[in-house]
Amino acid sequence: MSTPTIEDAAPQGGNPHSAGLDAAESGKVELVTITVRIRRFNPEEHPDAVWVDYQLTVDPKIRVLDAINTIKWEQDGTLTYRRSCAHGVCGSDAMRINGKNRLACKTLIKDVNPEKPITIEPIKGLTVLKDLVVDMDPFFQAYRDVMPFLITTGNEPTRERIQSEGDVQRFEDTTKCILCAACTTSCPVFWNDGQYFGPAAIVNAHRFIFDSRDEGAEQRLEILNDREGVWRCRTTFNCTDACPRGIEVTKAIQEVKRALVTRRF
Amino acid sequence: MQVHKYDTVIVGAGGAGMRAAIESTKRSRTAVLTKLYPTRSHTGAAQGGMAAALANVEEDNWEWHTFDTVKGGDYLVDQDAAEILAKEAIDAVLDLEKMGLPFNRTPEGRIDQRRFGGHTRDHGKAAVRRSCYAADRTGHMILQTLYQNCVKEGVEFFNEFYVLDLLLAEVDGVKRTAGVVAYELATGEIHVFQAKAVIFASGGNGKFFKVTSNAHTLTGDGQAAAFRRGLPLEDMEFFQFHPTGIWRMGILLTEGARGEGGILRNKDGERFMEKYAPVMKDLASRDVVSRAIYTEIREGRGCGLDGDHVYLDLTHLPPEQLDAKLPDITEFARTYLGIEPYTDPIPIQPTAHYAMGGIPTNVQGEVLLDNDTVVPGLYAAGEVACVSVHGANRLGTNSLLDINVFGRRAGIAAAEYAATADYVELPENPAEQVVEQLERIRNGNGSERVSDIRSELQQSMDTNSMVYRTEATLKQAVEDIAALKERYKHISVMDKGKRFNTDLLEAVELGNLLDLAEVTAVSGLARKESRGGHFREDYPTRDDVNFMQHTMAYREVDADGNTSIRLDYKPVVVTRYQPMERKY
Repeated sequence: MSTPTIEDAAPQGGNPHSAGLDAAESGKVELVTITVRIRRFNPEEHPDAVWVDYQLTVDPKIRVLDAINTIKWEQDGTLTYRRSCAHGVCGSDAMRINGKNRLACKTLIKDVNPEKPITIEPIKGLTVLKDLVVDMDPFFQAYRDVMPFLITTGNEPTRERIQSEGDVQRFEDTTKCILCAACTTSCPVFWNDGQYFGPAAIVNAHRFIFDSRDEGAEQRLEILNDREGVWRCRTTFNCTDACPRGIEVTKAIQEVKRALVTRRF
Repeated sequence: MQVHKYDTVIVGAGGAGMRAAIESTKRSRTAVLTKLYPTRSHTGAAQGGMAAALANVEEDNWEWHTFDTVKGGDYLVDQDAAEILAKEAIDAVLDLEKMGLPFNRTPEGRIDQRRFGGHTRDHGKAAVRRSCYAADRTGHMILQTLYQNCVKEGVEFFNEFYVLDLLLAEVDGVKRTAGVVAYELATGEIHVFQAKAVIFASGGNGKFFKVTSNAHTLTGDGQAAAFRRGLPLEDMEFFQFHPTGIWRMGILLTEGARGEGGILRNKDGERFMEKYAPVMKDLASRDVVSRAIYTEIREGRGCGLDGDHVYLDLTHLPPEQLDAKLPDITEFARTYLGIEPYTDPIPIQPTAHYAMGGIPTNVQGEVLLDNDTVVPGLYAAGEVACVSVHGANRLGTNSLLDINVFGRRAGIAAAEYAATADYVELPENPAEQVVEQLERIRNGNGSERVSDIRSELQQSMDTNSMVYRTEATLKQAVEDIAALKERYKHISVMDKGKRFNTDLLEAVELGNLLDLAEVTAVSGLARKESRGGHFREDYPTRDDVNFMQHTMAYREVDADGNTSIRLDYKPVVVTRYQPMERKY
C-alpha cells in the first residue's frame, strides 16, 4: 500500500482515482440560474392549463425532482406532482421533460440543457387531474387485463420450482418494469387510442409468457391478439427510448408478436 | 363524509400490507388503504436479499440464523420471535418463489444464495451464504410479486387514501378497535372505515433525518396515529444507519455489494474493517460498520477534500459480476455521481435506513397497549411494528423476511379474529379530530413554512441523534424539537383546495415526524448505555443489568391539554441465548 504524501490534493492512497471521481468528490458547486417552465392545471381554479415559469438558482448536479421540490417548498406550495423514492425505483414521477418522458428523480438538471427554459408537462394520453398528476387507473386496468401473475396447474412442489439461469434470462429484462407509464404514454398509438393495451401491459404479459414456470401463455396471447392488442404497435421505439429502467420494450413486444404467430414461447 | 364497512382494513400496501392482504382477502372482506399506488411502496427499494437458511449452496440451519439475529440485535431481540422468524423464513421464501418471484438461480436451477452482514455459519465462525436474492433488486421483485398476487386474489385497494386516525372504543372497560379515518387525496373527502380488524403496515419514519435512504413518503403515519391514541411506541431510540449510502445523497448501495466481495477503504486505501471486525471484516453487522466508518472519518482518514466519507471499492470485481449481480447500484453511481464503478471506488457515508422500533406487537401481530395487554382487533406488521425481531440492530435481509413472515401472520390472525368478532360501534363524530386537524392546517395563516421546519428537524437529527450520541447532543435534539413543535403551531399552507392537496399532506406528515423524532430523542436520552444502533459516547458499553429491556414510550396529556412523554420498560424474552460480548 502506498503512503500518501500530498495532503492538500484529493486523497490518493491505494485508491484508483479518475477525473470523474475527482469531479464527483470536489464538492465544488457552480450554481446556475435556471427557468423551469411547468404546465399548470387546476380545474378548481381555472378550466384551462397554463405555462408558468419559475426561476431558481441551483447546483446543476441536482435532480429535476429536487428543482421541482424547491419550487414547491419555497415558491408555490400549490404545485402538485407525485414522488416517493427519489432514485428511480418506485415509478411515481414520470413526466415529460423537454418533450421526452423521463423520471424526474433520475434526470439531472445539467443533462436537460439548463441554459434554456426546462419544460415540464404531465405524461400524455392519460387524463390530467391537477398539474403533473394524471389518472393512472386506465393504465393499471390494462396491466390487470393481461393477467400479470404466475398461472400454474397441478400440485405445488414441496420445494422451489427448478429453473435454469438461462430460463430466467428469457424474461429477466421485463421483470425490471416499475409501472411508471413512461413507455405507454410515449406511444403515439396510445395517444390516439386510449383503449390500446400499451407497451407496459405487454411488457408485463411478456414477463410471464416467457417464464418457464408459467402455464398461462395461451390465455395471455389471446388477450393480446385482440384488436387493441400487440398488432397496434407500429415499432416506433418511443417506448424503448422512454424506459427509465433500460428495458428493451419494443423487442419484448416483437417477441410477443412472434409468439402469437409461431405459438412457441 | 363517507362511511365504509369491512371485516379487515389494512393500512399500507408495501410488502407487509400486501402479504397480509393476500391472506386476509381469502378469509374476510378486506380493504387495503394506501397513500400511494401499491407498487410505489418503499419495499421496492430494498436491494440485497431475503434471509432464509435454505442451505441451497452450503450447510446452514434456522438455529444459526436465530442466533445471528439475536446477536445482531445486541441481545435486545425477543428470542421467541427471532426463532419464529428464522424457522418460517424457509417457507416464506418458497412461498414467494411459488408466487412467481424470479430469484437468481444456482447452476442446478435452485434459488441462489449469497453472503450478507452478520449472517454466519455455526454461531459466528465464518460468513454464510443465506441471502436469497434477485440481483440487487430483491425488494422490487417482492413488491411486484406480491402486487401481482393481490391482483390474482382480487384484493380491493383504495389508492391514495391517507389514513390519519385510528378509532378505538371502550367496550366493557376494554379498549377495542373500531376502524380508521382516511383522507382521499384526489377529492379531499373524508372516509370512515368501520372494521373489526385493522392492520397497520404503513412503513417507517426515516424522513426525520436528512441523509437517509428513505422515500419522501416515509413519515411514520401509522406510528404517530397509534401514539396519539395513547398506544405505546417501543424501542424508538434504535435507528439503523446503513453503512453505504451515496455520499451526501443517502441513496442506498446494498450490503450485497460487500457480500459479492466489495471492500470499504479509507483515504490511504486501507481495508479498515480488518481492524474492527477481524473475522467478518466488511460483513460485520451494520451498526459496527457504520461506527467504524465514522471513527475513520473522525481520526482523519476520511476521503475527499473535507475527509467526510470513505470508499466502497468494487474495482477488483469483474465487470460481468457487477452487471449480473449489482446492476442497479452501479447504475446509481453512474447516474448520481457520474463515476464508473468498474474503475472508480464509490464515495459513501452511513445513511439513516431503518427503524427497529415501532408499534409493539406479539408474535401474532397483535398490538399491545402496555407490556402484555393486547388491543382486540388491532394488528401491526413490518417496519411500523416492533415484534421485536430486530432488537437494537437489524441484520441485513431480515426486513424483507420480517414483512413476509409477520405480514402473513398478521393477515391470518386479523381475518380469523374478524370472522368471530362483532363490529365495535363507531364513536359519535368519528372524523371529528381529523376534520379539526385538517381545517386548522388549511386555514392557518401563520408565517412558518413547513419545508423550513422540516429541514431544521432533519439537520438537528443528523447532528444530534445519528451514529454517535451523547447526553448533550440528545438534549439539544429534544430542545430543538420542542422549539420546532412550537413553530409548527404557526404554519400555513399555500394550497387551500380539496383536489390533490399535497401541500396540506406534507404539513400533516411533518407533524408526525416531529412527534416521532421527539420519542426517538427522549427514549435515547434515557438509555444510558450503548447497544446496537444506539451508541452513547458518554456510556460506551452495554449495560445488561439496567438496560437489557425494551423502552416503552407513552404520550401523556395533562388536564390543561399539555403533552409529555412517559417512559416505561418491558423485559426482553430470553429463551436459549444468554447475552455475550459481541464481536465480529
